[in-house]
Amino acid sequence: MSTIETSSTLRHTAFVLRGNPVTAIAAAGALLLALLAISAPWLTPYDPIASEVSAALQPPSAAHWFGTDQLGRDVLSRLIVASRLDLTIAVTAVAVSFALGSVVGALCGYAGGRLDNAVGRFVDVLMAFPLFVLAMAMVAALGNRVENIVIATAIINLPFYIRFARAEVNIRRNLGWVEAARACGESHVAVVLRFLLPNVLPAMAVQMSLNLGWAILNAAGLSFIGLGVKPPTPEWGIMVAEGARFISTGRWWLVAFPGLALMSAVLCFNLLGDGLRDILDPRMRT
Amino acid sequence: MIGSESTQPLLEVENLKVTFSTRRGLVEAVRGVSLSLQPGEMLGLVGESGSGKSVTGFAITHLLDRAGHITEGLIRFKGQDITRAGGADLRSLHGAAMAMIFQNPRAALNPIRTVGQQIADAILAHRRLSRAEAQAEALSLLKAVQIRDPERRMGAYPHELSGGMCQRVMIAVAISCNPSLLIADEPTTGLDVTTQKVVMDLLARIAADRGMATILITHDLGLAARYCARVVVMEQGRLVEEAEPLTLFHRPQHPYTRRLVAASPTATSRIEDLVPDGERIPLVAVTELPPPHGTPLLLDVKAVSKRFDDGTVGVADFSMTMRGGESVGLVGESGSGKSTTSRMICRLIDASAGEILFDGQSIGQIPARDFHRSELRRDIQIVFQDPNDSLNPRYTAFDCIAHPLLRLMNMRSGDKLRQRVEECADRVGLPRELLSRFPHQLSGGQKARVGIARAIACKPRLLVLDEPTAALDVSVQAVVLQLLNKLRREDNLAFLFVSHDLNVVRMMCDRTIVLRTGVIVEQGESRALFANPQTDYTRELVDAVPHIAPAPA
Repeated sequence: MSTIETSSTLRHTAFVLRGNPVTAIAAAGALLLALLAISAPWLTPYDPIASEVSAALQPPSAAHWFGTDQLGRDVLSRLIVASRLDLTIAVTAVAVSFALGSVVGALCGYAGGRLDNAVGRFVDVLMAFPLFVLAMAMVAALGNRVENIVIATAIINLPFYIRFARAEVNIRRNLGWVEAARACGESHVAVVLRFLLPNVLPAMAVQMSLNLGWAILNAAGLSFIGLGVKPPTPEWGIMVAEGARFISTGRWWLVAFPGLALMSAVLCFNLLGDGLRDILDPRMRT
Repeated sequence: MIGSESTQPLLEVENLKVTFSTRRGLVEAVRGVSLSLQPGEMLGLVGESGSGKSVTGFAITHLLDRAGHITEGLIRFKGQDITRAGGADLRSLHGAAMAMIFQNPRAALNPIRTVGQQIADAILAHRRLSRAEAQAEALSLLKAVQIRDPERRMGAYPHELSGGMCQRVMIAVAISCNPSLLIADEPTTGLDVTTQKVVMDLLARIAADRGMATILITHDLGLAARYCARVVVMEQGRLVEEAEPLTLFHRPQHPYTRRLVAASPTATSRIEDLVPDGERIPLVAVTELPPPHGTPLLLDVKAVSKRFDDGTVGVADFSMTMRGGESVGLVGESGSGKSTTSRMICRLIDASAGEILFDGQSIGQIPARDFHRSELRRDIQIVFQDPNDSLNPRYTAFDCIAHPLLRLMNMRSGDKLRQRVEECADRVGLPRELLSRFPHQLSGGQKARVGIARAIACKPRLLVLDEPTAALDVSVQAVVLQLLNKLRREDNLAFLFVSHDLNVVRMMCDRTIVLRTGVIVEQGESRALFANPQTDYTRELVDAVPHIAPAPA
């Protein structure tokens, strides 16, 4: 049974990807990024932190493909190592807000009433702040540490998951199969967690994929304004921030490469979203 | 064709073929349909889902969606070929010459414009009038469709009106420019029988008064027979029979029509007659059901009420008793509280007051949220209304049927479970190879069978059936009803059969309870109750059911 299941899932995934090359490219990109992050320590040609002032600010060359920065550090190596940090922050933050937001949202959507109202108003309050400013305030208050960036990013993503899960569960809570699950001996909580949540997951996956891109931008943004990871830790946002000082003197490579890395990561996750929905929804299978 | 026509037909359709391009290639939805319509005539276009009846209607009005194309044939309207009409021709055709009424009036009306504005919009789209004149015209149309207090209703939004009222507004929009052809696609499906009667009577009268020809597209043979002079039966994109209603019912020629006529429940039909001999499910050799008297009460509902959080009363002071193996019908219109009652008995929701005894034990005291842990959970099971949404989309048919066994019978995955699920599938006539399929890969009838198999898997003693066939085609309904009847006899199951279809309840139930706005209006032995209703409300319900007079002896 389970092997039949798996093979049919694979076949369906292959079908969706064949009909949708953009998703395939995005998926490949995301996979590549993940591999890059995982194997970063073995891939870097130079030590990303060691400075060599004699080789500072060199344009891209055979030795340094992406050039070197003001301290003579290899941009390519820093870029690769940075992917690790940026992805970790984004993935953890999104995972936290998804886990918390979808459960809370699903419970609200199912139960309605007072719980729903209370949580709903809390979400409204959260949304009333400009989210990036809220994240800045949190990091400033809690301190410039990676955990705090993750927490801040997770909190500002939370409202979307709560609202999304709430709406998706709400439209399904009165369907026959939900009541049927109750008649089959499931408790309310089991119905929400084991029946409704898996059914709203495909829609949530799209949201998660889009959010991953956004979370990367957010983390980089925080670092860019000096509220995130501190130098000399390699991070895309810091690299862009530091490189920006040299852009007027024609050292474009300091900004261009981390910027491109950011852009392609965000693009990959956004494009992946749509394809994911088609893959995860059993109703799309033929 | 009846009589000798010298006049030119209003509409002629010749050998119409419509093809849809889909993910799996081209699908022919209409495969050569020819019909003609005289001015002022009402034609019934009858068929089950997938028969192509709606597509034919859409093709005539040029409202096919982008995937659909007329590949062959000719549509002539007032002698003019409109098969490939487009642009300006089409605009003048729509509304002014032909208009359409849709199945779900609420969805067909714009929710953010008042009904008065919407009728005026339709008028202004085709006639040169000032806004004020159009408004005045809209008001007179609302009067024509007999909306009470039309001045006030002009400013009402669709959500403030009932389904029947919305459909009247739709009719007002449709007739606003005096079209000569009206196509009504299932205009009363989803409305209560009494509302259906009022709306159809109104439609028929307006069409007659204004000399409009009407095509009534419906799945309900009885409805078509009641209002149409001529009925056309479609099956799988083909026209299989065309006749006057009486001829059609009493001497159907085509095998499909014969099946359809047999499957349509009438005031006198029996369960056994619904399906032709060949496909009939053989009844188990139980000569007679054990007499329900004398056996102890299985269910004893005492003065149960339901008041919702917002203060509305769903059910008031409802009492009933049932014995093992007995079948009781619960009928009423939407809002009568029949679903609420069935869910209270099924312990899915709590009653506000009253007592429910099952087999002598008080189950009303156990909160619905804890009832899943009760020993009696497996004894009371339910079959839901719409098979399309009563199965978890992420569960295969096997998982669906295994679910109660795992939860309520403490079975573990393995050969024993598989064997038991297959047994259940066999009992409901679901081929075993379909067990690995997901709900969206099953037909409506197959989904209904899975739902029934799930409900009987734990061998319950009371089965609550909440409109189990309301969403099914009549021929599928016939088979499902027979199946239910068989299962009931085999297991000596008690049925609480909730339905709005009086003919079905009469066949399926020993006793019937009539509910109206949460209160029992009348109850008694089914046959007597429908043959000789004691209250006006029941009589009104019985009269509203479109039926065909029994064949002359």
